[in-house]
Formats: sequence, structure tokens, C-alpha cells
Amino acid sequence: MSETAELDVAHVAKLARLSLTAEETKLFQAQLGRVLEYARKLRELDVSAVEDAAHAVPIFNLFREDEPRPGLTAEEALANAPRQANGLFVVPKVVE
Amino acid sequence: MNGSDLTALSIAELQALLRRREISTREVLEKLRDRIAATEPQIDAYLSLDFDEALRQAERADVNLPLGGVPIAIKDIISVAGQPCTCASRILQNYRAPYDATIIRKLREAGAIPFGKTNMDEFAMGASTENSSVKLTRNPWDPSRVPGGSSGGSAAAVAAGTAFGALGTDTGGSIRQPAALSGVVGFKPSYGRVSRFGLVAFASSLDQAGPLTRTVRDAALLLNAIAGPDPRDSTCLNEVVPDYTADLGRDLRGVRLGLPKEYMIEGIAPEVRAAIDQAAAHFTSLGAEIIEVSLPHTEYAIASYYMIACAEASANLARFDGVRFGHRAENPSNLLDHYNRTRAEGFGPEVKRRIILGTYVLSSGYYEAYYARAQKVRTLIRRDFADAFAKVDALISPTSPVPAFPFGERSSDPLQMYLADIFTNAASLAGICGISLPCGFAKTEGGRQLPIGLQLLGKALDEGRILQIAHAYEQSTEWHKQRPPIGETSNAQRPTPNAQR
Repeated sequence: MSETAELDVAHVAKLARLSLTAEETKLFQAQLGRVLEYARKLRELDVSAVEDAAHAVPIFNLFREDEPRPGLTAEEALANAPRQANGLFVVPKVVE
Repeated sequence: MNGSDLTALSIAELQALLRRREISTREVLEKLRDRIAATEPQIDAYLSLDFDEALRQAERADVNLPLGGVPIAIKDIISVAGQPCTCASRILQNYRAPYDATIIRKLREAGAIPFGKTNMDEFAMGASTENSSVKLTRNPWDPSRVPGGSSGGSAAAVAAGTAFGALGTDTGGSIRQPAALSGVVGFKPSYGRVSRFGLVAFASSLDQAGPLTRTVRDAALLLNAIAGPDPRDSTCLNEVVPDYTADLGRDLRGVRLGLPKEYMIEGIAPEVRAAIDQAAAHFTSLGAEIIEVSLPHTEYAIASYYMIACAEASANLARFDGVRFGHRAENPSNLLDHYNRTRAEGFGPEVKRRIILGTYVLSSGYYEAYYARAQKVRTLIRRDFADAFAKVDALISPTSPVPAFPFGERSSDPLQMYLADIFTNAASLAGICGISLPCGFAKTEGGRQLPIGLQLLGKALDEGRILQIAHAYEQSTEWHKQRPPIGETSNAQRPTPNAQR
């Protein structure tokens, strides 16, 4: 099965919460199909005994004192809100 | 000294004038503003400028600080309190940063003055700055060509004399490649050397901020200011910052440089190959030893990089949901419609592509085949570098296989654009440090000079070493003294942005 057949751009766009036009869907299907075809070369390598590298420099468990520090004020945090009222972010209704 | 002479100075030279009181910080800013007014219409490097605020800061500038009174341009992905931070995206069109990134706070503490935000590929996704949703930035050496990317505005501004130095970010080459294509110095620190707090995240395991400057010494000065631990970024390494200017001037006797045989691929422009051969010979004449080394997994780096970078991007960009900041779609029928349309309207084509690719490689059924496999290949690439650095002090290679390319040449095919990262992606995956510096010129058919970049890679936290090697090369060559022919380009055809790709 080819990579292009595996990748269903319209389905993935739903998972990503991203509306695509019919033209975008068709274009991305072709373009990303070629990218995945290229990425197929990763399968040439035997990696069964290799560990993942989630980070370039593995550092773990950094601790600091849990002390209160000043942060943004409510006003500063709301300064970029698309809509706000009463010191809160206004969002579309989610419960009928 | 006239204005364009002044704005062509290195940071070190400018500081000498400031400290001798031969010029004031205010005068420097005014000369810079004049230079920008005169040349910016040809280059379009900036997305926003705030000279009023910069001039206020100039009043309090202490020129005896490490970067006292030095104006620095900032890529528009780095938060500067009160300034726009758009990432060249419609989704952040009206966003203003509520706080300073740690590296901006550190720059200010060193006395530097951030005065403007530079153009970039949207969310740092690209290698040409053509993915900016705002405008194209033109290469100061040839206005029909790209400045590289994603930090293309920062690179072009430094090349054009409209910034003494700039900050950029490098996820897979986005400082080094535009530095190479625009003929300036670009430095990518080791992962964790510099705080990421206040940077808009693209790929969190890869992103690093660093300087773009006209000289290696200037890069060391800026790195001195921005490097170091940050309690606000737990991936930032708790390691002492040495003085990166300390070893500048030391000779190269006994230094071993590796030439990775896998990097001498087909597809390198002949002028680039010749310039690198010449640079290797020059290093030998300076007393260094050139050794062929092998990075056997090089050919898998781009595939591994794009799987990982896009996966991380798809997760990071989930925060752009139209709730707390950024663009919001009008009159949604329900919450799902609100998300779907907000993001469709706010993101440009390359960002959408990478979100789709990243979501796909993380999705059930494909995670193992793509993402997990790419992470394992990343381990192999890290081992390649560890083996090489057991034999040599630094690696040398081209930064980009080609000099600056014309607008539109690669933008219609994302894979072709991705392949431009061949020499920079692997180092990003391994978290090591790298620098690009000018090492020659190619000539266009129209007789223009296009800069060629030499990349030096060093092991993690060995920043001082590659700065020393780069400085020895720079100071014994003339490439960095060349300036682009700005002022001769006023009749140039204005390129038009590609609408939908």
C-alpha cells in the first residue's frame, strides 16, 4: 500500500481541528504524500535495539522550591483576549 | 563618519565609539532609523519598529555594560514586553507580548536596546521567509532572491546595515542557513544553552535562540549576554557560562577538523563545493589538521527531523484555539466550528501542512512507523556525532548546498524546501552547537555576488571552541568585510507573495 493511500488528509484535518478547503485537501494530499514517501527511508534501518531520543540532552527531575512568585495580573492576561467580560474570557456556548 | 558607515560597524567597533563618547546612544539610534528609512523599502526585513521606546531606553543607557547602548533586532517569535509578537502569522496579527522572554531580559540587563521585530517564515516554518503571511524579505545581495529562513528578516537586516546584530531562532537551521544566504554570521547554541522561555514554541526539543551578527566576535558578545540557566525553562542547562570572547585570537595549531564524507553529496553547487575545499585548505595553512570523518546516518536526518519537528509543532500549535489570544472566527455555530474556522483562517499553508503531517505521524496506527522510528534514528544520529567528536574538535561543511535561490524556485514543492536543510538538520537533532560564517561568493548570470556559508559544528556546550576556530578563519580572510550593493536596487522588480501554495 502506498503512503498516499494511508494518509487521509480530510480525516487528519478533523483530528487537528482545522478546516481545509477541497483544494487544500487535494494539494496537501499530494504534497504530504511525497514527503511521507521520502520518510519511508527511515524503514531501511534496523532500530529494534535502539532507544528513543525524546530530547537532544536528556535531563530529568529538575526541582525548585515551590514558592509563590509574581505572575501576570488578570488584566495583563486578558489583554490579548479576542472577547472578554467581567474579568473572564468569553467563549462560545458549550452546554445546551 | 556618515550614517551608512556608522551602521556598517560591528558591535565591538560601535561600543568603542560609544565608550569614548564619540557618539551617543541617541545618535546611534537616529542614524539607524535613517538607514532603515532609506533601505527598508528595498529589503522589507522588519515587521514592526518602536524607535520611540528605544529612544526612551537610550536616555538611561549605560555604555559601560557589556552591550551598553547597542540596538539589537529581534525575530518576531521572541517576546518583547509591549511589542507585537506575530510570528508573521495572521493568527497572532494583533497579539502583543505581555512579558519579556528571558533572553530579552538578559539583553536588557547587558544594556542592549531591542528596537524592532524582524520578518520570518510563519512560526519559523520554512527556509526562505517566503512563508511569512505579511511580506517577502529580499536578499540584500540580490533582491530577486530569498534571504534564507526562517530568520530571514534578522539575517537581511544585519547584512543590509539596518541592525548591528539580531536574535533569531534555529530549529533545524533557521539561524545558520539565512546567515549563509545573506552573508553574515549565525550561531546556533547547543540545546539547553539558552533559555526558551518567552519564545513561541515550534518544536520544543529542537528550538534554540541565537545571534546573527557581522563578525564572530559580535556573536560571542551576544551569546555571553543570552546564555545561561533559567528557572523558568527546565530544559535550560544549569551550566556555568564561560566568557565566549576569551579564546578569540588563539591560533589553530593542533586543532583537528573533521570533514564528514557524507556531506560531499551530489546537488552541492560547484561554487559551494569549491569554497569549502578552499576553506579546508585555508584551515590547514592556519595550522589545523583536516581529517575525513563519517556520519553514517546523515541521509536519514531530514526525514527524522521533519517527523519529529512536525509532531511537536502539531502539539505546540494546539494552543492557538481563539480563546485566550489571537485570531477568532466570527459567529461560530458551535465550539467545534469555532476551532476549525479560527485555525483555518489564522494559519498559512505551510503551517497547515505541518500540523496535518504532525497530527498524522502521532495518530494511532502510524505513531510507531513514523514518530517512534524517527526518535530512534535520532539516537543513531547523536551517536554518529559522538563518534566523530572523539576524533576531532569540530566539523566543517557547507551550511547550505546552494547559495540564495530565486523567489518561487522551491516554494511550490515543500519536499524540495525541506531538502535545503541537509547540512543543518542533523546537528539540531543531536543538540550540538553550530555556526555559519561567510567563506566565499558565487556569481549570478546577472553578475551579482551571492554569499556562501561555511558551517562549523561543535560538541554540546563547546561553543567557545567553534567561536575560536571561526574567528581564526574570519580574521585571516576578507569575506566578512564585503557589503551588499544596497542603493543600486531601487528599480528592482518587487516580488509578489505567493498566495496559496
